[in-house]
Amino acid sequence: MSVMRVARELSRWVVLVVGVLLWQLWASGHHSPFFPPPSTILDRMYHLWFSGPASHVFFTANATGNLLPSIWRTLAGLAIATVIGVPLGIALGRSRAASEYLEPLLQFGRALPVVTLAPVFLALFKIGNQMEIATIAFGTIWPILLNTIDGAASVDPVQVETATAFRLTRAQRLTQLILPSALPKIFTGFRLSLSLALILMVFSELVGSSNGIGYEMLNAQNSFDLVELWCTIVVLGILGYLLNAILNGVQRLVLGWHRGARQVEAV
Amino acid sequence: MLEVTDLTRTYGQGPGAHVAIEGVRLSVAEGELVSIVGPSGCGKSTLLRCIAGLLAPTAGTVELSGAPVERVPDRLSVVFQDYSRSLYPWLTVQDNVALPLRRTERSRKARRAAADAALAGIGLPGVGQKYPWQLSGGMQQRVAIARALAGDPALLLMDEPFGSVDAQTREDLEDLTLRVRSERGITVLLVTHDIDESVYVGDRVIVLTPGPGRILADLRVDLPAPRDQISTKQRPEFVQLRTEVSRLIRARAGGGEPTGASSGANPASSGAGSPAS
Amino acid sequence: MTPVPAARKARAARWRRGLTGVIAFGVIAELLGVTGVIPRSVLPLTSTVLGHAVTLLGSGRFLADLAATVEAWAAGLAITIVIGVPAGVLLGSVPGVRVATRAVVEFLRPIPSVALILLVSLWLGPGLRMSVTLIVYGAIWPVLYNTMAGLDDVDPVAKETNRAFGFSALDTIRMVSLPSAAPFIATGVRLASSVAIILDIGAGYITGRVNGPGLGAFIADQSSGAGNLPVILAATIWAGILGLVLDRAIVYAERRLLRWNHLRLAGAGDTGS
Repeated sequence: MSVMRVARELSRWVVLVVGVLLWQLWASGHHSPFFPPPSTILDRMYHLWFSGPASHVFFTANATGNLLPSIWRTLAGLAIATVIGVPLGIALGRSRAASEYLEPLLQFGRALPVVTLAPVFLALFKIGNQMEIATIAFGTIWPILLNTIDGAASVDPVQVETATAFRLTRAQRLTQLILPSALPKIFTGFRLSLSLALILMVFSELVGSSNGIGYEMLNAQNSFDLVELWCTIVVLGILGYLLNAILNGVQRLVLGWHRGARQVEAV
Repeated sequence: MLEVTDLTRTYGQGPGAHVAIEGVRLSVAEGELVSIVGPSGCGKSTLLRCIAGLLAPTAGTVELSGAPVERVPDRLSVVFQDYSRSLYPWLTVQDNVALPLRRTERSRKARRAAADAALAGIGLPGVGQKYPWQLSGGMQQRVAIARALAGDPALLLMDEPFGSVDAQTREDLEDLTLRVRSERGITVLLVTHDIDESVYVGDRVIVLTPGPGRILADLRVDLPAPRDQISTKQRPEFVQLRTEVSRLIRARAGGGEPTGASSGANPASSGAGSPAS
Repeated sequence: MTPVPAARKARAARWRRGLTGVIAFGVIAELLGVTGVIPRSVLPLTSTVLGHAVTLLGSGRFLADLAATVEAWAAGLAITIVIGVPAGVLLGSVPGVRVATRAVVEFLRPIPSVALILLVSLWLGPGLRMSVTLIVYGAIWPVLYNTMAGLDDVDPVAKETNRAFGFSALDTIRMVSLPSAAPFIATGVRLASSVAIILDIGAGYITGRVNGPGLGAFIADQSSGAGNLPVILAATIWAGILGLVLDRAIVYAERRLLRWNHLRLAGAGDTGS
């Protein structure tokens, strides 16, 4: 890594640290109940979630009871959306007729404000895991589906002709040509779905859950415990950052060829 | 070995229909290298695709070793002009070359070994683990040729394969094609718009008329083998032949005076003389 | 630029197919419910839901709620653009600041704006002010990010040429950078628009009618008790249509304002719809 790259990576953290310090200074002077100092927040976070026994990776019972369910439900919803969305997207992307039939419905799904799904599934499933996972799955399928359709539909015709010329079977065309070619766009869809998933996770937990980060947030609000409210917000930010970083790592691994090819193209 | 009878291919229907090729009749013996040359829009690529089974003809038949061509037949390979788009960017060079071998269901190890052999045969022994876009244009086209040869085809079709590389590389690739043909004894059909190239590599030169494409002439090339870029092109027979081809093309294109003396003249055509991209 | 007859026929075919798809979907759903394959408690009949959807149009309360959501969306989006674009220009033009702020943006972006609903409602108390503040917080990130990215992408040669003619840096921003970045910014506004709708409905649903009228409050009312699923579905359909309409409105506005850009692009090739 060049010096410039290192400097740039560090500069991000520096800015954040400076920001937090400024907030700390301001809060210590102003004593606003709505914006407690970071030190208080971090301290509470530690006691709430990360002061557990070493055998549990330092997670407290609260952490396993609230943080983990939120995380696994989010991932479950995303998994369902992916498992349905990617194959369906490829099938629709390769069939212009089929996608034309479904186009208005797809556009509707894309424009639908996804939070409206939560009341629907709440009325259907009542409070619990089902409602949340269903909300996340139904809400996050749209970016994945639409981007997969786009990716599958825009395979280079020269590459398709090559596949025909070398007599690849249908299955081979799918795995050797269409899927790799569409993968960059699928990843774009997945990234969008990730941020949607977090939004829907919090939202559905605020309205229809008996545990989780959102539920904890609601409790904090009801007891006017603003420090705890801030704790949930911060942990959400960290969770989002981590999940995005993991996705970026996976993308770099799987799509390394894409970046290289693009750079050559740009020259 | 290859019999093309009254081949016609029309695009579209009704008044707006475009006849790309019409009544093409062609016979190719085993081991021959036939150049197909003509101005832009004469249907050369369409003809090649019909022979390859990539396009269905509107009328007429194509027979390979006696069997009619309906889909892409076994033991036939194609080299496309646009190598950067034809090679898959997510596969290494080795995996790209091994791609056609998946059909014959060999083990991965056997496929990769065959790919490496093909690459070595083409003069690129060390690039297997690189990605196509990391190579120069000429090397990429060599990889495409290696890929076409990996399946041990009996008939090799090349669609303006050297149109997108520089002149020096083009000459190297022409010689490579000749070498490959003599080493393996395969039959080659090479579509080009470059008149010099068509005469230099070919045993025969087929000249097509501008659209709708029909066979205007079928010339035998009596130049000795092995061919050489410098000495062969100096021979009076070469100059005579390429002039003849050039005259045929220009006459039918209906434009320009035959300059005769300048052997490096651009091929006459009703369109621009730039290589199709 | 009249479309060729073949293109027009293709477009008509697309419309027909799309319509068929929608009708088929409704019919299939209706059949599934009527035959009892899917119980009506899970999926109300299409006819029931559509009936409610039509009835809602006659309900004064629903229309008032719909209007309130559109109001909050418009106000929030306007403020977002007025703050976000100049801020983006400012932060994007000064190289050092750009890198630093990008980092902050990257950290704050993952925090789902819905997470702040409770905080902001405690802080500001329910009402239009709260809704708009939330909307601005959530919607400003795409606008900010896209403005900065758009300015990043401006051709440096174009800027240099403009400066060489004697124009100041500010002038160059106005004459070269902003027009060049406009399509990016427009995309950001489109994203911001959908975030704004989500936030307004979401906040309205959670805080309820105490926050004032709005589509979210309407759905919250319908959700009390056992919940009136058919009406909730009907309201959801309207929410989707609202989303479509507002999105199209943004696209239309962008096309009008950036007509010169579309013409320029059309000269180089078809931009499609």
